[in-house]
Parts: sequence; C-alpha cells; structure tokens
Amino acid sequence: MAGVLVVCEIQNGKLKKTSREALTIGRKLAEAAGGELVAFASDAAVADDAGRYGAKKLCVAPLGVYTTEAYAAALKQVIDDVQPAVLLLGGSSNGRDLAPRIAARVNAGVASDVDRLEWTDGKLRARRPVYSGKAFATVEVTGTPAIATTRPNAFPPEETGGGAAEVVNVNVPAIEAKSKLVETKTPEAGELSIAEADIIVSGGRGLKEAANFSVIRDLAHAIGGAVGASRATVDAGWIDHQHQVGQTGRVVSPNLYIAAGISGAIQHLAGMSSSKHIIAINKDPEAPIFRVADLGVVGDLFQIVPALTEEVKQAKASH
Amino acid sequence: MNSVVCIAQVPDTESRIKIGADGRHIDEAGLKFIVSPYDEIALEEAIRLKEKSGGDVTVLSFGPDRVQQALRECLARGATKALHVKGEVADADSLGIAQVLAAAIKSVPHDVVFFGKQGVGTDNSLVGPMVAELLGYPQVNVVTHLEAGDGKLTAHRELEGAEDVVEATLPAVITAQKGLNEPRYASLKGIMAAKKIAIDVKSVADLGLSDGDVYNQRVKIVSLELPPEKSGGRKIDGSDAAAAAKEIVKYIREEAKAL
Repeated sequence: MAGVLVVCEIQNGKLKKTSREALTIGRKLAEAAGGELVAFASDAAVADDAGRYGAKKLCVAPLGVYTTEAYAAALKQVIDDVQPAVLLLGGSSNGRDLAPRIAARVNAGVASDVDRLEWTDGKLRARRPVYSGKAFATVEVTGTPAIATTRPNAFPPEETGGGAAEVVNVNVPAIEAKSKLVETKTPEAGELSIAEADIIVSGGRGLKEAANFSVIRDLAHAIGGAVGASRATVDAGWIDHQHQVGQTGRVVSPNLYIAAGISGAIQHLAGMSSSKHIIAINKDPEAPIFRVADLGVVGDLFQIVPALTEEVKQAKASH
Repeated sequence: MNSVVCIAQVPDTESRIKIGADGRHIDEAGLKFIVSPYDEIALEEAIRLKEKSGGDVTVLSFGPDRVQQALRECLARGATKALHVKGEVADADSLGIAQVLAAAIKSVPHDVVFFGKQGVGTDNSLVGPMVAELLGYPQVNVVTHLEAGDGKLTAHRELEGAEDVVEATLPAVITAQKGLNEPRYASLKGIMAAKKIAIDVKSVADLGLSDGDVYNQRVKIVSLELPPEKSGGRKIDGSDAAAAAKEIVKYIREEAKAL
C-alpha cells in the first residue's frame, strides 16, 4: 500500500492545529506516493474537518482522552487494517508520546520534529533541525510504515474543499493497561503555550527582576501572543521553565518573535532563529540577538515595550 | 527501590557545531562533551529516590569509550553502579539504541527506568518510550513531578499549557523534564568515592544482540548541513520610544502581517 495515515487530535470539538498541519503535508505525500490520505481520531464528529484537509477516510476509535497504551493498541489495529506507507503525527505532547511507542511496536524508524517532508524514489525523506537548529539533518526513513512527527508551524494548513471523510469504525482491541490518567490539570487559564503560538514575546536578563516580566506579559496579552523567556531568567527563578526558549527549553518557530532584553546567547539563538519575523529590543547595539533580527531596536526596553503595548492596543482598537 | 538512569553524552550546549568530513556526522574534534542536561535531572530524581527508600542507582550509557567520563561524573553525584555498553552510538538510530538499552536494563535490578526527555543535540525524544515498549512497561513522558513507592508511581506529565497526572505500575519508564528538580553538583567526597567504583563494561554481543540489529538504520542520515548565516536586518535607534513603537507596529502590520 502507498497511503498515508495521520493521527489526529481533537481540541474543543475541532482538529488541533498540529493535526491540520500533518494532514496538509500528508495529503501531498499521498499524492506523490499514489495513495489515499486516511485520518485516525477518537470521534466521528471531525469527519467534516478531516475531509476539508484532504482525508478520504476517518478511522474512529472512541477512546476519549489520550492515554499511551490505549491509543497505541488502537493505532496498531488501524495500521494493520490500512497498511499505510507513511504514518504522520503532529508534534504535540501526545504525538511525541505515541510516535516512539508505536515505532518500537512495528519496528519502524521515526523522524522527529520534521520541518520538510517529501516522497522520493519510494522513500520518505525528511529534514529535521538538530542541535536545536544549529544544524539540519536530512534523513531517509524506512519501516512499514515510515513514521514522522511534524514540527508545529512548519506546514501551514491548507483546505482542499473536500467533503466529509468516510467514517470507518476501528475494532478496538481490549488491553490491560499498566497506567491510567488520574486527572488533567489546566492551570493559569488563558495562558498561551509557546509550543504552538504564532506570536511569542520573550524577556531576558535585561528585565532586571522577576516583577518586571509584567512588561512582557502586558505586550503579549495586547498582541495575543505567548510569553517566552531566556534561560538566564528561568535559572534565576523569575519565571516558570515552561516559558523557556532555547536549547534546554523549547525550540520554537512562530510567525513573529519579539525579544526584549535578551542579548542572544548561542543556546537561545538556536531555539528561536527559525522564527519567520524577529524583532529585537536591546540597549547594547552589539548584542548577538541583532544578528538574527529582521528589525533591531537599540534602546531601553522599559521605555519602548510599554510604548509598543499602547501602540498595539490602538492598532487593534482601530480595526 | 532500584533505579536505572540512561545517560547520553552530548556536546556542551555552548558548542559551535561543525560538520564532519563525511557530511553526515558532526566534527567531534575539540568538542567538550557533557551529560545531557535532561539526563542530569533524571539522575537527580533517581538519587533522591534512593536517599528516601534505599536501593541502587545504576547509570547506563551506550557509546564509545568517552562515555565512561560521563558515567564517572554520575557516580560522583551519587549513582552507585555504572554500566557501559561499548558501541558507535552515532551509527545507530533511536530504535537501535533502545534495543541495546532495553537488553542492558534487563541485566540490572530496577523498579524505575529514568531517561531525560530528550538527548540534547540529536533532539529525537524517542529512546525512552521505545525502551518502555520493548520492555512492555508503562511510560510517563516529560515529567515535572514524581512520587514512587508501593509498586506504583504517580507522575505529572507536561502538556501544552496543562498537565496530566498519571498513575503507573512498576517497573515503569519516566522521562525527565526541567522543573522536576534542581540537580546537585558532585561533592569532593563523592568524587573520591566514585573512584573506587568499577564501571562494568559490556559489548553488544554480550547482551545477545548482533551488529545487524543495532546498526540497522531505519532512520539514515543522508546529509547534515549548517543553516544559512543570517546577516541581521534593519537596525533603528530607539531613544525616542514613541517613534520606535510606531516603527515596530508598522513592521508587525506590513511585514509579519500579525496585526
């Protein structure tokens, strides 16, 4: 078989953005390989949505919230039924949890966190950042199926105008799970994660103290972005590690990255320099961050960022 | 409570990466190698578990002879045993590495198997869950809080802006995320004590595996390249904050199209 199977996640009744991204590149791979695009999800309610992004079939296993063992067992069943040449998962927390588990079960290779994918000479070829983006590896993946997880924001979702995907119910195998989900905690309501954000506003040591992160939060809130941070500020305990951008934090590639008071240590640059548009605000004109910035502003962040927040609010209000 | 901590030795995160002559590997000449930062967190958690409820902490690494230096460092911090499986880790894919580690883990008493959430550098985040699958153990990935005892563990798993609380029976695999703990430094006493511990050395064949299993690259690196050098864009003077803010908004609206 030459088809492509995409594992889809559902958020608020719709396909998650990472899943729409994986379907979009999956459709292109299926076309190149001469096969069908098939989606796998836990609810038939997303059949329209999956069809819109090119899926012909939607395999449904009513599993509810994600747990590794139940999803791995159902996915193995779908792989056996569909026999795809390629399996794609969006690079979300759950996608990254499930991909290696299923790969070991079917003895296949996984290319993680890829930002390019193509089908050439009957093989899956992927490009992935390594050393947090200090280098790029092109890899060839073999296995039945060959597996990849897609990097968030690397494959912009494209609708195809296709009708609803045909729903196929999966014969879910019974398993005796060795782990169970006790609860899901959602703290800090409304706080956007840097992992999938389109806009990130990051603060660094130039903020001088923890309380001054409010300057960054205000701008992030006004522009509708997530709050990022340099390693120095996380190590100093000014902000939680979930906000850290860089080699020992998250590697991000949003549409817009605004860095304020970040000088640009190599490990921070590695984590954000693939962002599409970068604005840096720093008082040191020689700061390394300016080397990767599309727009560099030399000046005092405590003057510029609040002024920018006001300007953004006005721009939004005038729409 | 016995733990195994799988250690990857990686180039220092401050390193400049150069491509080797074959165009497929990095040039290791002059690189300083360290214990992968997430593995340090995994080790610290295992040591804390030992301090609370006794048992051994075995550190395990697959790689060339230089990984013994990483294992020594882990012993100095408080690991009690070390196992080095010799091999060319750079020529094995994640599943090949997982097969070696799974076989080695079976030879060591364990209740919890620890990994870092990713090896810094290769950035695959694959080996821990692959080992869990090969051993038939439950896994909890990207863990920021852990309690273990009485044949089970409870772990908090980081999601996008949320966390799952997962309960698993032992033995289980955990991959450590930043925030789980603050790793300690080696004490002088620890460094001296570590010198007295012999590192157990095994070959892939000792574990009953063939080179064909381990180096069967399901993921093969075709080429490795450096990203294009960015020269930096426009730089403006921000001494007039209001004017600079207007200029930035213009850029956000017209170039990034984000307003």
